[in-house]
Amino acid sequence: MSLTRKEVEWIAHLARLELTEEMAEKMAGQLSQVLDYIAKLDAADTAGVEPMSHSGSLCNVFREDVPSPSLEREAALRNAPEQSAGYFRVPRVIE
Amino acid sequence: MKYEAVIGAEVHAELATETKLFCGCPTTFGAPPNTQTCPVCLGMPGVLPVMNRKAFECALKIALALNCRVDEITSFDRKNYYYPDLPKNYQISQNHRNLGREGYLDIVVDGALKRVNIWNVHLEEDAGKLVHPESSSDSGTLVDLNRTGTPLLEIVSAPDMRNTAEVEAFMKTLRNILLYTGVSDCKMQEGRLRFEPSISLRPVGEQTLGARVEVKNVGSITAVVKAVEYEIERQTKALESGEKLPQETRLWDDRLSRTASMRRKETSADYRYFPEPDLVEVRISEEWQAKVRGTLPELPVAKRLRFQKSFGLGDYEAAVLTDDKSFADYYEACLAIGGASPKAIANWMINDVLRHLNEQRIEMAQFPCAPARVAALAGLVEKGTIGLGTAREVFAEMVAADRDPAEIVKSKGLAQISDESFILEVVNRVLAANAKSVADYKAGKSAAFNALIGPVMRETKGKANPQVVRQLLEKRLAES
Repeated sequence: MSLTRKEVEWIAHLARLELTEEMAEKMAGQLSQVLDYIAKLDAADTAGVEPMSHSGSLCNVFREDVPSPSLEREAALRNAPEQSAGYFRVPRVIE
Repeated sequence: MKYEAVIGAEVHAELATETKLFCGCPTTFGAPPNTQTCPVCLGMPGVLPVMNRKAFECALKIALALNCRVDEITSFDRKNYYYPDLPKNYQISQNHRNLGREGYLDIVVDGALKRVNIWNVHLEEDAGKLVHPESSSDSGTLVDLNRTGTPLLEIVSAPDMRNTAEVEAFMKTLRNILLYTGVSDCKMQEGRLRFEPSISLRPVGEQTLGARVEVKNVGSITAVVKAVEYEIERQTKALESGEKLPQETRLWDDRLSRTASMRRKETSADYRYFPEPDLVEVRISEEWQAKVRGTLPELPVAKRLRFQKSFGLGDYEAAVLTDDKSFADYYEACLAIGGASPKAIANWMINDVLRHLNEQRIEMAQFPCAPARVAALAGLVEKGTIGLGTAREVFAEMVAADRDPAEIVKSKGLAQISDESFILEVVNRVLAANAKSVADYKAGKSAAFNALIGPVMRETKGKANPQVVRQLLEKRLAES
């Protein structure tokens, strides 16, 4: 299975990655190899097998609805490249 | 060509929990920005979400209240997208194995039952809030992550509604279910309950659906109704002029009362859903389901129909009484005390108690008087102890000082006079003193009759039973 350049560019866009032409070419090849490898699973007979959403056998892990302390605002904002009046500040997004 | 509107709704309700869905941060509305966050809801690397049991049970409650099929296993998925209100770059939601599916909600429209199917009910986390400063000095966007991770219930209806009356009934009924079950406070002005209608048009008789327009940013039930009305009109005009409508998301502008295109709807495959590896499955045993089902109260539509049937009320009365659970409970408490007919008490509830709540802007719980007071007042009128006009004065006094209405009537000497011999004396005096009105009446001027009632009521300080007064006046005029 081989991915087209267009598909690679779309995947890169969804992951917010900028690829040079050279990289896109290289990725197209590598991603195709990965997909080919994964495609081996198609050979497995999964008739009557329940879909699995987790590898562990644990289930029903809950916590009670009891508040615990939040971070100090200064700590929460510490790693932000930009902040303003207690907010994280990001480049303007317009809906 | 005649077109038919096909309307569905996506509903989001923030659940009334103390803490967020996957961490112990509080969910208090209106806290200063970014004071209710922790490494989990900030999306720091290496943290693990742990599900809030109460949030899960609230969601299960609604899935059951909406008659959904609840499978034994439910699981969570990552919905991937980049937006600054979502620090993890994915939202934990449900896609493959939703908590509830294939349910329905019965609504009442013009007195008739109508079924709206529910496609699915699932639990997810809310995103943060973005602020776009108006000032020219700040060209950025500000992000408050307090709301990030708040438990959010999503309910998706089938496109089963055909007009705004059905949309309105759907919203009100659903909101009442959320309030009755106590899972959400439903404050739409705080964004805790959000309705996003989607509207498409098709020629009447056509089976395939037209291009779906989803409307966002609608902050109240009235606004949703206006937005749907606007879309039906806009799309009808477009189709009539031969335009082809795109599938899109539009934003409602409440000030201008119109919608405007937002962006082309991305296909759902772009979200690249995959099972959330940080959360384990939830298995819902029969016992657990039965236990949660047992906590469901009588739901609004059932209550409304029961009120109509058991108490002989009209559709309107039953609807008003059951619109708020505490209001309905108060009414039933009055009935349990008795002393007046269900109809009479219903009238007091709808006309006077409700008006008082609205005027004072208070909730039923803050109403100053116990149900026994309202029942007693209704009884005083029904037994003829006081007239309706006097009763309204007693009501004002009753709520002002939380006093027993019978005691008010007694201490103020308001009891209605029905004693015929006493009233007859007054009538005789009035007839003697108003010879002109008597003559006018006999000459065929029926208006003169009222000119005779007035003085009788004045002489008895308004306490004479008006029915007895009329009867005696008529009798005496016929005799003389």
